[in-house]
Amino acid sequence: MTPPAAAAAEAAAALRVAPAARRPRRAAADPAWVRWGLTALALGALGLLVVAPTALVFAEGLARGWGAYRAALLEPEALRAVRLTLLTAAVAVPANTLFGLCAAWCITRFRWRGKTLLVTLIDLPFGVSPVISGMVTVLLFGSHGLLGPWLQAHDLKVVFAVPGIVMATVFVTFPFVARELIPFLETQGTEEEEAAHLLGASGWQIFWRVTLPNVKWSLLYGVVLCNARAMGEFGAVSVVSGHIRGETNTVPLHVEILYNEYAFSASFAVASLLVLLAAVTLAAKQVVAWRSPSRRASRSLP
Amino acid sequence: MSIAVHAVHKAFDGHPVLRDVSFDVPGGELVALLGPSGCGKTTLLRVIAGLEEADAGAVLHDGAPVEGKSARERNVGLVFQHYALFRHMNVAENVAFGLRVRRRPAAAVRARVQELLRLVQLSGLERRFPSQLSGGQRQRVALARALAAEPRVLLLDEPFGALDARVRQELRQWLRRLHDEIHVTTLFVTHDQEEAFEVADRVVLMNRGQVEQVGTPRQVFDEPRSPFVMQFLGAVNVFHGRLEDGRAHFGGIDVPHPAAGELPAPARLYARPHELEVHRDPTAGSFPARVLRVTPAGSAVRLELHAPTVDRPISAEVEARRAEALALAEGLEVWVAPRRLRVFEGEAADSLSSSQL
Repeated sequence: MTPPAAAAAEAAAALRVAPAARRPRRAAADPAWVRWGLTALALGALGLLVVAPTALVFAEGLARGWGAYRAALLEPEALRAVRLTLLTAAVAVPANTLFGLCAAWCITRFRWRGKTLLVTLIDLPFGVSPVISGMVTVLLFGSHGLLGPWLQAHDLKVVFAVPGIVMATVFVTFPFVARELIPFLETQGTEEEEAAHLLGASGWQIFWRVTLPNVKWSLLYGVVLCNARAMGEFGAVSVVSGHIRGETNTVPLHVEILYNEYAFSASFAVASLLVLLAAVTLAAKQVVAWRSPSRRASRSLP
Repeated sequence: MSIAVHAVHKAFDGHPVLRDVSFDVPGGELVALLGPSGCGKTTLLRVIAGLEEADAGAVLHDGAPVEGKSARERNVGLVFQHYALFRHMNVAENVAFGLRVRRRPAAAVRARVQELLRLVQLSGLERRFPSQLSGGQRQRVALARALAAEPRVLLLDEPFGALDARVRQELRQWLRRLHDEIHVTTLFVTHDQEEAFEVADRVVLMNRGQVEQVGTPRQVFDEPRSPFVMQFLGAVNVFHGRLEDGRAHFGGIDVPHPAAGELPAPARLYARPHELEVHRDPTAGSFPARVLRVTPAGSAVRLELHAPTVDRPISAEVEARRAEALALAEGLEVWVAPRRLRVFEGEAADSLSSSQL
């Protein structure tokens, strides 16, 4: 707001407040017990629902000492599970980032028939249970599935193998990036891109120099969420994996197997990996956000 | 560079926005596209810039059609109404954008940015981000950015629309001086008649997707070619009358109108408030009226009058000294003599309601 406008708004606010001046306090100054009560409630909920379970994961994991914790993590099956999870995320996240960018671009930048249908389809993986997503993969690619005989004839294995796990994960994490970008691009409008176009930038230059820098926070946020889900996905992967130890077990499936075998502390030790992973992604996001120049600029605003 | 717009048509979803629009902008001129909101002037500007394609007709730059040319070849500078500055770039990077995408050497880019920031009086703000600038500063950054690659034509969409009144006034005069300095062919869109008249060499008046009149501010104000132009450019009185025997009749008086045929036809007659003379006694070609209100306005006095022979209130403006001499007061009976009347045939209602008079 420009200074005169701000001053006018202030004056107007003062006028509006004036008749109510007999009230003991302004709305902004709530009684102390309300402020403290609300803060305590928020912190209490956070502690009960987030901090305590997280701490419990580490406590249980370390219950048998540091040595057992290390052993549980360095066990060959655990390492293979980690490798498979990383591989799955390494395929699913870039694929869905690319897809999300393309989908968000053509949904917000062009008018065409079937646009709403595409938006609905993007939301589909959010709408159905992950278990169903996994079952669909089995129905399509399993040995009795639609494409099963063809795959068998060509000696390709999808279900109960790595490709099936990757496909189920890609399906489940499909909407994250697109869902973050679409509302952002919609509110942003196309003017900056039009300006860049008139200033002589090519389509490629517009994308790299104007569009991408503008969407990078939404994009990064979508990627972080997508990554977290890709690494933590349980339901869909559980259906297609077949739980073949050391071959088709991801980290969450490995945790479940250990837990079912009453290897509690090993199970929690591996689970703590997923917690650490989440912590690292969040921290990475924060660090990049702090380093961005536009973020600094908006912070130093009066 | 000159711009020519030839018979341009444009429709959105079957709804026509531009209808047979033609006009020329000679090289080096500063021209205003003036009209009420929704008359298609911004769409026309976008067609000229090449952001929209015309359904029919052509836009020529220096006599050559722009269709099919890339934005870089067209080299048009456009300042958007809300500036559309790149929010993640600072002022210097914004201004340098058009040069960087053309891969100009870094030293040349730096020198040009400095030169432009001096021109728009923003030296020293290179490192600021758009969010840290005032509206007027943003507007000048947008202008510097548009001018960076030496465009052959500069287009401005409501350049002062989003600014407060004082800044707007300053920037208007500044834009005029800037144009006198750099002489790039400039076309700007505005809905503000005063702004168009103060800044532009010539004015293109638009209404409902059509060009109503093109001319210097003086021409369009003194010789409006249509009732719309008459009503759009400032306060005016409308009298309903009829044409008969080479004369226009209304309110009990008549004036010569050679274009009138033998048969009676409806007509509207227009006079601006300052074109009505007020007398205490009847004179030739005057009609009686009663003073309803007297409002002093600086060197002039505004009057609201009611005439029994005219169906709606009349506003007149007389010099303060004359008002004193006449001893004008509410309830006084006077005689009104139009010094100048413009006659248009027909009585079809147009887009402007009487409330805008």
